[in-house]
Amino acid sequence: MVSKLDDYLRFNEAALSLRAQRQQLLASNIANADTPNYKARDIDFASALQGALSKSAQPGQLAATSPQHQQAVANGDMLGDGTPVLYRQSAQGAADNNTVDMDVERNQFADNGLRYEAGITMLNSQIRNLMAAIQGGN
Amino acid sequence: MSLFNIFNVSGSAMSAQAQRLNATASNLANADSATDASGKAYRAKQVVFQAVPLEDGNSAVKVAQVVEDPSPLKQIYDPKHPMADDKGYVSMPNVNVVDEMVNMLSASRSYQNNVETMNAAKTMLLKTLTIGQ
Repeated sequence: MVSKLDDYLRFNEAALSLRAQRQQLLASNIANADTPNYKARDIDFASALQGALSKSAQPGQLAATSPQHQQAVANGDMLGDGTPVLYRQSAQGAADNNTVDMDVERNQFADNGLRYEAGITMLNSQIRNLMAAIQGGN
Repeated sequence: MSLFNIFNVSGSAMSAQAQRLNATASNLANADSATDASGKAYRAKQVVFQAVPLEDGNSAVKVAQVVEDPSPLKQIYDPKHPMADDKGYVSMPNVNVVDEMVNMLSASRSYQNNVETMNAAKTMLLKTLTIGQ
C-alpha cells in the first residue's frame, strides 16, 4: 500500500530532485562567468530522469549501516545518483578560455526554475487527488 | 537540500565581484597618485578569480590573488613636480581608466546576475515549502 503511494509520487519527486540539482549547476555557471578557464557544465536532463526512474524502480537498495560499506561518492564528474555532469559546447570562444555564455545560462536558469515550479504544482495536485480519495469526498 | 547550496555559490560570486569592484574603485581613486605607501607610484591592482569545486560538479568562486599590473608606469614631463627625476620626468600610475570603467560595468552586471540567481533560488525554495498545502 505504502509502495503504491511511493510509486504514485515517484516520477515528480525524481524530476524535482533533478531539477534542483540542475538549477545548482546553472547557478555555478552564472557564478563563474568571469573565472578564467572555467568550463560551463550541465546535465542531459532527459537521460538523467530516465536513469533516476529506472534506478529507483529497483526495490531493496542496500543501506550503508557501517562506515566500511561502499557509498556512491558524489565527485565532480557525476551527481550522487551517477548522472554524468557534462561540459557545454560553446558557440563562441573567449580570450580567457571561459565557456560560459550568459544568454544561454540565464535562459536555461529561468526555464529550469519554471519547470521546477510546474513540477511542484503537479505534485500538489497529485497530493490533493490522494487526499480526496482518502477522505472519500467528506 | 541542494537548492540551499545556490546561496553559497551565488554568495561566493557576489563577494568575489564586490572585491573586483573594490579593486576598480581603488584603481580609479588612485589614478593620479604619484606615490603609494612605499613611496613609488601606485600600480593598478587586479583580482584573479578561481573556481572552487564543490560536490556534484558545482563550483563556487574565490579571489585567488590580487596582482599588480606589471605594465610600465606613465612617464610625465613635469620638472617642477617634487617627485621628478633629474631629467624632469615623474612616474605616474599605470591605471588605464578605460579598462577600469569596463571592469566596473562587468563586475556590477555580474553581481546583479548573481543577486537574481539567488532570488530565483529563494522563490523556488518558498514554492517547495507549499508542497502538500
